[in-house]
This record gives sequence, C-alpha cells and structure tokens, in this order.
Amino acid sequence: MNPYIALLISFALCAIVAGIMCGASWLLGPKVENKAKSEIFETGNPPLGSIRGIRFPVKFYLTAILFVVFDIEVVFMYPWAVVFRRLGWMGLGEMAVFVAVLAVGLAYVWRVGALEWD
Amino acid sequence: MQQFADYLLDEGILAGLPKSLGYALVIAFFAFVLLNFIMLVAGVTSWLERRVWARIQSRVGPNRVGPQGAIQWLADGIKNIMKEDIVPTAADKPLFKAAPYLAMIGFFGAWACVPFGDGLIIADLNVGVLYITAVTGLVVVGILMAGWSSNNKWALLGGMRSAAQIVSYEIPAAIAVNAVIVLTGTLSMQGIIRAQGWAPWNWFLFDNPFTFVAFFIFFVALLAEGNRTPFDLPEAESELVAGAFTEYSGLRSLLFFLVEWGNLYIIGALCTSLFLGGWQTPHFTDNGFVLGLVQFVVFFLKSYFLVFVAMWIRATLPRVRVDQLMSLCWKYLVPISFVNLLGAMLWVVAFPHGFLPARLGMFLFGIMVTIYFLMRVAFHLRRARPEMSWNPIA
Amino acid sequence: MIAFYFIALLTLASALLVVLHRNPIYSALGLVNTLFLIAVSFVMLDAELIAMLQVIVYAGAIVILFLFVIMLLNVESEVRSARISKIGTAGLAFVLLFAVELAVFALVRDPSGAQELPAGFGSTELLAETLFSKGMLSFELTSLLLLVAVVGAVVMARRKVES
Repeated sequence: MNPYIALLISFALCAIVAGIMCGASWLLGPKVENKAKSEIFETGNPPLGSIRGIRFPVKFYLTAILFVVFDIEVVFMYPWAVVFRRLGWMGLGEMAVFVAVLAVGLAYVWRVGALEWD
Repeated sequence: MQQFADYLLDEGILAGLPKSLGYALVIAFFAFVLLNFIMLVAGVTSWLERRVWARIQSRVGPNRVGPQGAIQWLADGIKNIMKEDIVPTAADKPLFKAAPYLAMIGFFGAWACVPFGDGLIIADLNVGVLYITAVTGLVVVGILMAGWSSNNKWALLGGMRSAAQIVSYEIPAAIAVNAVIVLTGTLSMQGIIRAQGWAPWNWFLFDNPFTFVAFFIFFVALLAEGNRTPFDLPEAESELVAGAFTEYSGLRSLLFFLVEWGNLYIIGALCTSLFLGGWQTPHFTDNGFVLGLVQFVVFFLKSYFLVFVAMWIRATLPRVRVDQLMSLCWKYLVPISFVNLLGAMLWVVAFPHGFLPARLGMFLFGIMVTIYFLMRVAFHLRRARPEMSWNPIA
Repeated sequence: MIAFYFIALLTLASALLVVLHRNPIYSALGLVNTLFLIAVSFVMLDAELIAMLQVIVYAGAIVILFLFVIMLLNVESEVRSARISKIGTAGLAFVLLFAVELAVFALVRDPSGAQELPAGFGSTELLAETLFSKGMLSFELTSLLLLVAVVGAVVMARRKVES
C-alpha cells in the first residue's frame, strides 16, 4: 500500500465530511437577512473604516524572517540527525560549525534588541 | 491495517475485487473511522476540559446534559449545526468560507500519521515526523486566511499574532525532535516507537538527560503552537474578542474549535510517540487482535494523560504577555534546545548503544521528582483545606 | 502518467492565478497551492524528503513571510497600469524563450541515455550522506548565507524604526 495514496484518500474524505457538515448546517440553519447582523463585529459599535487601512509593525516581519532562517537551519538538521551515527565525529564537527555560525546570528539579533517585543 | 486489508481481500467481504480498489476501500473505511474518532475525542475533551477546570477552580461546570453533563459536547455540536452561518457583508466570501476547510485538512493530515498501534496507522511515511511538521503548517495559512478575510481588525490582529507565535515555537519543537532522531536514525513515527521499549526506562524520555530536557521543551513548544493557555494570546477573549475566529459563527466556528481540541490530543500523541514509548507493550499474547487493542488503549491512556496535564496547566496558570511569549521562545527555548541537541549528539558518540545505568538513573530521578511534586501538592491541599470544604460535585 | 499530467496542469493553473490575480493575498495563497503541488510532483518522483522540505520551507515559511510583508505594507489590490503591462509583455517574451529552450532540449536529448536509478534513490539516508560528504563546503556556506540574511533584515528593519 502506498502511504501517499492513503493520505490522498484521507484528505479527500476529510474535505467531503466537512463539506457535508457545512451543507447540513446550510439546510438546517435559519437564513434571516439582517443588516446589523452581517456587519463586522466591533464589540457593538458601528464598524470604523476597514482593515485595508491598517499597517502592521515591522516586528512581525522580523519574526517571520528569523523563522525562515532558523527553519532552513532545522531543515538541514533532520537529514543530518538521520545519518548522524554513520557520520560520527566528522558530522558532529560539521554541525557544530553550522550551528555556531547561526548562533552568532542569534547573538547579534539579541544584542541589537530585535528580540524585544515592545 | 495491511494484514486486515489482505485478509478481507483473500477471504473477507472484499474477495474478488481488484487489489488496489480493495486497499483504497479499506483505507477510506479506516480514515472514516478515524475522523469519527477525532470528533468523539475532540468533543469529549471539550466537555472534560470544562469539568476539570471547574473542579480545579471550585466551580461546577457543565453538568446538565446527560450524566454529569457527559453529552454536553453533542448538544453543542447539534446546536452549532442548527445555527445560521453568518458571513459578514464586508468579508471576502470565498476565502472566508474556505479557511475552515484548510485548517481542518491540515489538522486531519496530522492525525493520519499518528500511530495508534503496531500497524494501526493510516499512512506510515518514511518521513513521518517531517510530514506532520509540514502539514500542520497549513493550519497557520488557514488561520491567517480566516483573520484576513473576516475584514475585522480583531480577527486580523489575532491571526497575525497566532501565526507569529506558531511559527516561532516551531523552531524549538523541531530542534527538540532532533534529539530523538539522533538516537534512532529514522524519521518514521513507527520506526521511532519501535526503537523504544515497553518499560519506562526504555522510553526516550529517560534515555539520557538531554532527551529528558528535550521532552519538556517539546511539550511547552507544542502547547504554544496549539495556542493553549498560558500561550493563548491570539484569542485572548478579554483583549481580542476571539482572535482570528471572531466573525465565524455556527458550523464554521465549530470546525475551528474541533481543530483546537483535536490538536490538544495530537500534542499528547506526538509526545507519547516520540518520548513515552508510544504503543509499546510486552508481547504477552499471540492473538493479534487483543494485542492491537491493548496497544491502542496504552497509547490512548498515555496521550490522554498529557492532555489532562495541558488542561491542568490551563486551569492554573495566568496568560503570559506578548513580550514574555517571544522572549521565552527566542531567548530561552531556542538556545537551550541548541545546547541540548549538542549534548544529545555527544551522548550518542560516547554511548552508541545506549547506557543502561543512565537510563535507570534518569528513571529513578523522574520518580523522585514526581514523588516530591505529589508531596508538595498534598501539602498545599492540606493547608488549603478550610477554604476547600465546599464540594461542587456533591 | 495521467496523474503527472493532471498535477502538472493544476500546478500551471495555480501558478497562473499567482501571476494574474489582482489581489496580493490571493496571489500568495495561489503560491501556497503551487508549491504544494510541486511537492506532490516530488513525491511522485520518489523524493519524499525533498517534498516535505518543499512544503515546510516554501509553503510553510516563505509564504508566511510573504503574507506578513503584504500585511506590513498594506498592499492594495493591484491597479493595471501601462508600466505593469510593459513588465507583463517582457515576462511573456521570457516565457516564450524558455518554452523554445525546453523544446530544443527535449528534441536534442537522447532518452535512451537515461540511467537506472540507484537503490534507495531519494531516501533521506542517501541524500544526507551526499550532502554531508560531497556537499560539505556548500552546506557550511549556507550557514553564512543565512547569517547575512538575518543581519540584513535586522539592519533594514531597525533603520526604519530610528528615522
């Protein structure tokens, strides 16, 4: 049995079941149009403006780029961990250098205060 | 599952069908059973969680529907199906409607790779651990989609916070997992479980001091990834209304809650498979069915114990601040897990075939910590007795 | 074979969505879809590890970064202008050039020269052993590249804050 076919079947089944549930809700639930009801919820006040005018702080971007960098690093770790026993000291050295370089990066980010969320 | 499919094809009800179609039917059947099982687990967890919090906080909790309120979750589910599915006029309709599906598929995809027993797994991938990391990433996209398409400021802010939190905590979780992979040399979930034993000192939790630390890092990081208290800022009810799901009503909100409570069990199941020996039991009988059942029960109990711990944490700890959340991840968990991984690899180079005294020592240490913890709990319970004289269940 | 053409068609369709949709959020989500489908193609080529890494790094990390940047800059729906259509024409020219190149390559190449796959092709072990022996230098250089990326991002983000 190819496990990927199994995954495909599971995904399809999940989507179908979720679709059936939504369909049942559509059939059974009331459908009453109401202007106030279909407004955006802003704790009871009339909605002000739109989210299209909002700009987010740069720290979200910093978090994302830190994540991308460390994620790529971790991605290298997985195959390395799998063959670690065969690589032995050589592998240990390789990974130590790799991690050390990125630790410098983390230290720099920490030092300049980009990890402070304020 | 393979044997079961072969049996059905050879002499069972599927005899005579083409092999591939028979397999597909068996898989679809198991996937359907699993889906129902998830809904059951998520539902019961949602009820049990409220009862457990209530008991811990000297309240009553839901106790009206069924004995002790045990089918409250079913009532909630039916109510949610009967409710109107409101889509705000200002929302981006296609994305708003599609977001719960994406979260749901990403979440069910992770379940498909959870090993409930020897062979009781929908898809035993060679790269199972990686696959679970990859597919849960889809949930992040679903949450961001939900937040943005709602066209609501709280929802967008909640979605962004949620995404930032989930992606940050993925790093320590992944590094902690590597401490186990170094030991086994495989990424397959079943392979990792097979490398452990049924006895607690053969679990990876007690294998060496570094995996012991990795377990706690992993558990904390997964709690944060699941947006659980004390890390539930993205949907902090008192600040952000309900986070990314503010505008969702009826069934679509139910799907998101299903994902949330089902994820809680995934947290337990992952920790159990990687660190607590998974479904490993002594081989006491040759009856495959009985053995499979016992394995399933063992796995379920272990992982549900961790779910209980998560409930316990949620009932007792206050929410952390955003800056504390981020500094905990980047300033503590990431560096600690790096050093920890370095230690784990040194251990493997030093003792390529494991080191039994260390395992037994770690196991004893674990027992001592537990006893000390229980003594503390008993002490505090005794001291608080006068205020606790009121029993909410009686 | 049918599965391959089906996946390839879907991939192309979602790639077109990325390029043609006016709303940047839709483009980003189309990108998730495209990258996911490419991962499916990797699975069909028996490259499981690469497929998973593709999803983790691209669909999981890079697209999240894109979405954050879109939110950060608050990009409105794209307005069709003369400049955009000029870029579009240039892009089309490159697509045609690339198509011709591919066609020439497909015609010239001798398919009988294709080698048998070695045992365990695409497995994590084989890939890792190659990466950590033959590819050691590039592996270490990658860490430097990542370091530069982190430092660069922090420097640029901080300059904005101070000014």
